[in-house]
Order: sequence, then C-alpha cells, then structure tokens
Amino acid sequence: MATTIIFYILAAIILICAFLAVTTKRIMRAATYLLFVLFGTAGLYFLMGFTFLGSVQVMVYAGGVVVLYIFALMLTERQGSNEKSPISLAKKIVALMASLGGAAIILFVILTHKFLDAALTAPNEQLISVKLLGQQILSSGKYGYLLPFEAVSVLLLACIIAGLIIARKR
Amino acid sequence: MINIYGFLILSALMLFIGIYGFLTRRNTLAILISIELMLNAADINFAAFNRLLFPSGQEGYFFTLFSVAISAAETAVAIAVMINIYRSLKNNFVDNLDKLKW
Repeated sequence: MATTIIFYILAAIILICAFLAVTTKRIMRAATYLLFVLFGTAGLYFLMGFTFLGSVQVMVYAGGVVVLYIFALMLTERQGSNEKSPISLAKKIVALMASLGGAAIILFVILTHKFLDAALTAPNEQLISVKLLGQQILSSGKYGYLLPFEAVSVLLLACIIAGLIIARKR
Repeated sequence: MINIYGFLILSALMLFIGIYGFLTRRNTLAILISIELMLNAADINFAAFNRLLFPSGQEGYFFTLFSVAISAAETAVAIAVMINIYRSLKNNFVDNLDKLKW
C-alpha cells in the first residue's frame, strides 16, 4: 500500500516537473525542473529496489549533468537568451497534436497488450546485491558485462578529448 | 497495486512531454533538456521491465547503468558544441544555425 502511494507521488512530481520543464520561459527554471524530474526517477529506482542504480542516477545526473547544464547556461546566457519570441501558435499546435497522437497510440498499444501481471512488492535484499553487481560487471563469462564496461570507458575517454577539442579557445 | 502498466504509462507520458519540448523549443540547451527527459523515460522502462517481468535477470539493470553513462558523455559533448556555437554566433537559437561552415 505504501508502495502504491509513493509511486503516485513520484509519478505526479515527475509529470508535473517534466511538463513545466518543457513549457517554462526561463531556461534556468527548466534546468531546475529537470533536476526534480531526475530526482523523481531516482526515487522510482529506489522504489523498485535498485538502490545502486538510484545512487548512480543521483550522482551522475543530479550531481554531474545538471551542474554541467547550469555552467553552460551561465556561460551562454545573455539578455536575449530566454525564449523571448517563441515559435508560432500553429507550429505549437502541430507539435502538441503530434505528441498527443503519439502518446495515444503508445498508450493504446500498452493498455491492450497483456503483460505479466506482477505487482510491485517491497524491495528485499536478495533482489540484486552490490557484490553480485561487481562480479557481473567485471566478468567475461556468460552473464558478464566486461566488454560494454570497457567500451563505455573508451567512450568516456573519447568524450573527454572531444569536449576539450571542441570547446577550446582558437 | 502497481504493476508494469503504471511504469509504462508514466514513461510513455514522460517521453511525449520530452518530444513536445523537442519540437517547440528553440534554445539548444532547452532542446537538450527535452532529450534528457526522453532518455530518462527509456531508462525507467528498462528498469521496470527487469524488475517486474524478469526479476531473475539483471539485463535491464545493466542496460540502464550503461545508458546513464552514455547520456552523461553525450551531454558533455553536446554542451561543448553549444559553447562553441555561442562563441561564433553569440546566441544559442537553432534558427540561426543555418551554416555548416564559418
């Protein structure tokens, strides 16, 4: 029961803040609302019992990505940087109709498909332990994830170099 | 009780809010914020499928973990590009991005 209530609270926070993040005029507020959406997502991971994943979400997104956004905003924001002249009403209506139509189709597909009807129970310790996680992520066996782990490390290195080269002073 | 449908409906709505923002925003940073919303919706789906439909495996868990890492890398490069755009155009609106060379 508590799980249900917490889920609805988190869902309301996520949806309201996501909507405000895409409609607010001020870009700094959009970044702040995005932060709340990311915290809500982390809360959903905690609710599912994926505590390590929730911690990663808080650390990487809330601690890294949003701070990067704020820095970029402060570096690039000027008087006219907020959405002063928004796009025309016709384009906005078309975008709204495209979103609503797509959402209607996806929701129809979801609600008419018969999924396994397993209710979300309270998380337990046996779900996934950090020990198992560490062993799986560094094993090259059947259920090991060593190759994607190394690929991500190379990707992060390439991304550091690319960021430095693109944003350097000429 | 909450089952898989709750998570799927939530992430579908979040995805299409992100798509709406992607279509209506003109500032590049606001567009990137909408992309983050869409990525997060996909991540919720991976985790929810793993937790509720296939609790004995960890595939969705690891996929979400790698997706978070990749989206952090993507954000870093995208913000570097945007700072470069700002240096050469003095603003960040997509309407002004009509040149590939400068």
